[in-house]
Amino acid sequence: MSATLHRREVVKALLENRGGLLVVAGLGSTAWDCTAAGDSDLTFPLWGAMGQAAMTGLGLALARPERRVLVVTGDGEMLMGLGSLATIGVQKPANLTVVVIDNERYGETGMQATHTAHGVDLAAVAKACGFGESRTIVNSSQVGSLRSLIHERPERLPLVLPPHDGVHLKDRFRRALPGG
Amino acid sequence: MPPSNWPDEIHRVLAAQRVRIVGYVPDAGHKRLIELCHADAGIRAVPLTTEEEGIGLAAGAWLGGEKTALLMQSSGVGNLINVLGTVKTCRFPLLMIVTMRGEQGEFNPWQLPMGRATAAVLGAMGVSVEAVSSASEAASTIETAVRKAFDAQESIAVLISQRMIGIKSFEEQANQ
Repeated sequence: MSATLHRREVVKALLENRGGLLVVAGLGSTAWDCTAAGDSDLTFPLWGAMGQAAMTGLGLALARPERRVLVVTGDGEMLMGLGSLATIGVQKPANLTVVVIDNERYGETGMQATHTAHGVDLAAVAKACGFGESRTIVNSSQVGSLRSLIHERPERLPLVLPPHDGVHLKDRFRRALPGG
Repeated sequence: MPPSNWPDEIHRVLAAQRVRIVGYVPDAGHKRLIELCHADAGIRAVPLTTEEEGIGLAAGAWLGGEKTALLMQSSGVGNLINVLGTVKTCRFPLLMIVTMRGEQGEFNPWQLPMGRATAAVLGAMGVSVEAVSSASEAASTIETAVRKAFDAQESIAVLISQRMIGIKSFEEQANQ
């Protein structure tokens, strides 16, 4: 990987050997990036609802506190839902990471400049909203530690119980073991 | 049950139906229900900066297997229009409890246009609308709506008439 960040390489590195990671991809280029890294049933790529990627990640993170959740979205998409950084800052889910691929452009509509091209600092906004950790990476040498941050956060052991429907349990056992 | 207790009844229904997440943008009419949700250890009450956030929250929670209810006032419905398209396209279940503004007892004329358009806007985006005009219907309407939303994966908005909220909360608001 070269020193300059390339979106496809970054997203691929973040999603490599993803294990049980749950992923929400913001509409547009970041959804394509996540798909290019390898489509997965546990990636939810948005094709609409611009501005709602981070909140979709929050809902998922609150519903499944035992799993790690990663939102990958663009700067234009994040700017449209800037308030969601405040909402996430209040909830402080320990299992949610939001990664913004910030090219300072609206990539799907003709590469017009976004607010980040004019100095709006999304990492600083997240920090001000109460995110426990917030950073901007500009060099490929920093991708590894970002990956660790996403994948190595403490994960609660899931509570695993068998189904409690006795008829279902009996019938599935008999179906799996025919005869007699 | 005296009519003033409809928020308590709605809370009981939400808890009994295992609605675990309640996203809201505050409204005077939802004051009591919001307090009940915050006080309930089984419910995660999530304040939102805009109603749109509730759609992402509810969709994500459903992907994770949890039921969400969204509380808002009718003006907030106007903030939802585009994102309701995603609810329709993906057929996400959606339960919204909307307190009406711009009806009987409204003190703010700026609330009238969105209040009048609320049901039409929801209908245009494919959300079923159930209107509740008396406190005695509230719990049963919400119970049916929860089942429709999460068992049949429909999007439902229950509109709570401004008559049920009463003029009092607006007088309180004006005095603050």
